[in-house]
Amino acid sequence: MTDLTKLGIREIRDGVAGGDFTAREVAESFNSAVEAASSLNAFVVTTPEKALQAADAADAARAAGGELGAMAGVPIGMKDLFATKGVQTTAASHILEGFTPQYESTVSANLWAAGAGMLGKLNMDQFAMGSSNETSHFGAVKSPWRKAGSNQALTPGGSSGGSSAAIAARLCPAATGTDTGGSIRQPAAITGTVGIKPTYGRCSRWGVVAFASSLDQAGPMARSVEDCAIMLGAMAGFDAKDSTSLDAPVPDWFGGLNADLKGKKVGIPREYRMDGLDPEIDASWEQGKEWLRDAGAEIVDVSLPHTKYALPAYYIIAPAEASSNLARYDGVRYGLRDLPEGAGLQDMYAATRAAGFGDEVKRRIMLGTYVLSAGFYDAYYTQAMKVRTLVQRDFDAAFGECDVILAPTTPTPAFGLGELQADPLAMYMNDVFAVPASLAGLPAMSVPATLTEDGLPLGLQIVGRAMDEQGVLNAGLAIEQRAGFAAQPEKWW
Amino acid sequence: MSVTREEVAKIAQLARIKMGEGDLDHLVPEFNKILEWVEQLGEVDTSGVEPMTAVIEQKLRLRDDVVDADPKTGGGRRDDVLANAPVAEHGFYGVPKVIE
Repeated sequence: MTDLTKLGIREIRDGVAGGDFTAREVAESFNSAVEAASSLNAFVVTTPEKALQAADAADAARAAGGELGAMAGVPIGMKDLFATKGVQTTAASHILEGFTPQYESTVSANLWAAGAGMLGKLNMDQFAMGSSNETSHFGAVKSPWRKAGSNQALTPGGSSGGSSAAIAARLCPAATGTDTGGSIRQPAAITGTVGIKPTYGRCSRWGVVAFASSLDQAGPMARSVEDCAIMLGAMAGFDAKDSTSLDAPVPDWFGGLNADLKGKKVGIPREYRMDGLDPEIDASWEQGKEWLRDAGAEIVDVSLPHTKYALPAYYIIAPAEASSNLARYDGVRYGLRDLPEGAGLQDMYAATRAAGFGDEVKRRIMLGTYVLSAGFYDAYYTQAMKVRTLVQRDFDAAFGECDVILAPTTPTPAFGLGELQADPLAMYMNDVFAVPASLAGLPAMSVPATLTEDGLPLGLQIVGRAMDEQGVLNAGLAIEQRAGFAAQPEKWW
Repeated sequence: MSVTREEVAKIAQLARIKMGEGDLDHLVPEFNKILEWVEQLGEVDTSGVEPMTAVIEQKLRLRDDVVDADPKTGGGRRDDVLANAPVAEHGFYGVPKVIE
C-alpha cells in the first residue's frame, strides 16, 4: 500500500471518498508519524484520539452514503493559538499553561465541520511573537531540513514553525497557521511548504489568542497550492462574533484555480531589491519572473516607495496592540497565578506576568506600553499609523499597474537555531518582505521555488489586491507547476 | 531619543511586569537599540495623511441589545467562565484582599 503520509488534502479526501483507503487508515498513519517525530518538538500536545474520532465519522458518513465535507477524512495539525474545546491551548506561553478552553474557535470549528480531524496542537513562537520558534516556552521546533553535510539544527521559521516543520516532515498533510507580520509565509518559505494569508477579515479571529488584532489573520499551510485553496475555503467565512470579520461570500477558490496568466500583469517592486540581497534569493526571484512570463503574464516594474518604513512601523503598531491585548493575563481569570507570600493584587499581577511571559513577549509589551504612553503617543503610534496609510496607498497605486506582485518571501534561507537570538533587530529583519502586505491587509502567499546550493528551500511570495485570493492562488499555481519543487528533507528524526 | 534605566523601570511598572536589576541590565540597551531604529519613521512626511483606522473599509456592526444575544458569548455560562480560574470560590473569582 502507498505510504499515506505522502498524500495531500485533495488526494486524501478523494481517496477516502472513492474507497481507495479508509480515513481511519490515514489517521493511524499520521498518528504514528507524529509519535515517531517527538525529536522535532513540533507538537505541544498530541490528540491521536481526536484524529481517529473524526476519521471514523468520515468513514461512517461514506458508508451511509452521506455527503462528505471538503476536508472529510483529512487529519491536520492545529497551531496552539486556536482555542480548542477541552484541549490545552497555550499560545506556547507559560502564562497559559494548563488553560483548557470551554469553547472552540470559529476557524477550528469550521474545519471540523468540513470533516477534518485534529492530530494535535502545534508548537509556535510564544504568543506568535518571533520568526524562529525559539521564543516558545516549550522549546524551539527543529526544522526537518538540514544543510547538505551538516547536523546543525535549523529553524523551521516562525511564528507558525510547528506547522511548517510538521508539514515538511510529513507529520500532517496540512496545518493552520496565523500571520501577523509574516508568520505563515516566512516559515512556509524556509521549509519548502505552501502557505497563504488571506485578506484581513476572511478568517474569523474569534477564539484565536490575540497578538495584534488589526493584523492577525489565520490561513492554511500545506504542501500544494490546491490544498491551500481547499483548506482556505473550509476556514474562511463571515462570523458575527468577530467585529472585523468580512461579510462577503467565500468564493470556490479550488474550483477557480487556473494557471493560465494570459493578460495578467505581474509587478516587480523595485524597492524590494535591497542592498546586499542574498544572490541566491535574487536568482530565485529572477527565475520566478521567467516562470510567470512563461505562464502568459507580462512583467512590469512597480514602485512601493514606503517599503523601507513598513518594518519599523510594524514594530510600533504590533507591540502597541500586543501591550493592550496581553493586559488580560493578570493571574485572576485564567492561566498562571504567582502570588508571593503576603502580596497584594498589584504585586500578584507583576509577579504573575514576570513569571509567565517570555523575554520577547515582555520586550514587546514594554515597547508597546512606551509608544502608547502619554507624551509619546503621537510621535510613535500616530506617526506609525500614518505611515501604515502610506504603505497601503503604495499598494493601491501599484495595483493600478499590475494584478499581482512577485517578491521574495524571506531575505535568507533557514538559519541555525541560536544564531539570531541575541539580536532582536536582526531577527525582525526576517519579515522585511512579508510585513508590508500585512500592514495593508492584503492576501499574500509563499510557494516553494528552489533549493539553495546548500540544499535549503527558498520561497517566492505573491501579493494580491484585497479580496483577490484567487489571483494570488493562480499565480502561485503557475509558479508551482513550473518550479516542480519535489525536494523533501532526508529523514533523520 | 534614548530612555534611561529609571524610565525603563517605570515602563515595566506601568506594564505590570516585575523586573529585577539583572533584567534591566539586558533590557535598557535592547530597548534603546529598537527605539533608535523605529525613529527613522520621523523622516517620513506625513503631513495631511490620516492615520489608518481600518485596514479593510467596513462598517462596524451592532448586535441586538438583548441578554444572551449569542449563546456562545452571552450570559448564563458562569461555570464555563470560572473553569480556568486559578482560584474560584462560591461562583466568583478569588483574589488577594484589596481593601484593608
